[in-house]
Amino acid sequence: MGLIGEKIDSIKSIQIRQLLTQAISLGMIVTSALIIWKALMCVTGSESPVVVVLSESMEPGFKRDPIRAGEIVVFNIVGRDIPIVHRVIKVHERENTGEVDVLTKGDKNLDDDRLLYAKGQLWLHRHHIMGRAVGFLPYVGWVTIIMTEKPIIKYILIGALGLLVIKSKD
Amino acid sequence: MHSFGYRANALLTFSLTALAFICAIASFSDNFSNQNPSAEIQIVNINRFKKQSYGNDEVSLTLDITADLQSLFTWNTKQVFAFVAAEYETPKNSLNQVSLWDAIIPDKEHAKFRVQTSNKYRFIDQGHNLRGKEFNLTLHWHVMPKTGKMFADKIVMPGYSLPDAYK
Repeated sequence: MGLIGEKIDSIKSIQIRQLLTQAISLGMIVTSALIIWKALMCVTGSESPVVVVLSESMEPGFKRDPIRAGEIVVFNIVGRDIPIVHRVIKVHERENTGEVDVLTKGDKNLDDDRLLYAKGQLWLHRHHIMGRAVGFLPYVGWVTIIMTEKPIIKYILIGALGLLVIKSKD
Repeated sequence: MHSFGYRANALLTFSLTALAFICAIASFSDNFSNQNPSAEIQIVNINRFKKQSYGNDEVSLTLDITADLQSLFTWNTKQVFAFVAAEYETPKNSLNQVSLWDAIIPDKEHAKFRVQTSNKYRFIDQGHNLRGKEFNLTLHWHVMPKTGKMFADKIVMPGYSLPDAYK
């Protein structure tokens, strides 16, 4: 009797321990991802450090960096949900306020972006611009594009990751 | 510990980390290239110079652009985006940059060129400050890498000016 009682106790304590370990592992994975994301935000000084598609915020990530011709900028147009990543071809910067009128164009497009701007809008201003592109990571964007266009895949991935962690502990 | 899923996960993580590392050193290697681009621009003709109905000045001109950007190409270069901008100051604007011409240079062979062209994009001022205006013509280049950090630089050529009267 005593032996069975001991066996049951030991099984219970192992199960609790396993459960706790699994929960902690899962938590570690989630928080690591969060840490990397926040660190990127810190390092780049931008609300959306890795942009393939939208961020809700309209605030520019950089406030005092001047915008110059030739730079590739990420901007939002009122009424469109996806930001556009194009090159600046014209800049007119005000002497007194430092405010700036910017015109952009996709390198390969024939026309400038005025067709894309809101009705009657001829120029972009600082508050439209969310950041500038500084480099390329080939193919990485596809992951985000797929996850945005078919959000099911996001849930499947997270579910699979969770399953993997739980299964690996036996 | 030895399940397929666990191994697949480990393999994926490792390959992504390795790829990221390779991308970083590929990009870093671009810092060691020796670059000496050169360029010369001449204004062949001022075709039109007038004040629009809205009151803004507009200029149409023909440029002769000679450049050698071959030394910008490294093994990690996808293409070079080059453009010529007119840069000048007005009482209201501390800086005006107007792109007049640009080109995508896909490889080293195309990087040494001479082109005579009228301005691709309209040179319109915010106001009517262009008569007798002195401006710089700057050749900018943006090197787009196959992977990693983009870098850009320019050659500023001062001393150009527009006629004192409309044409």
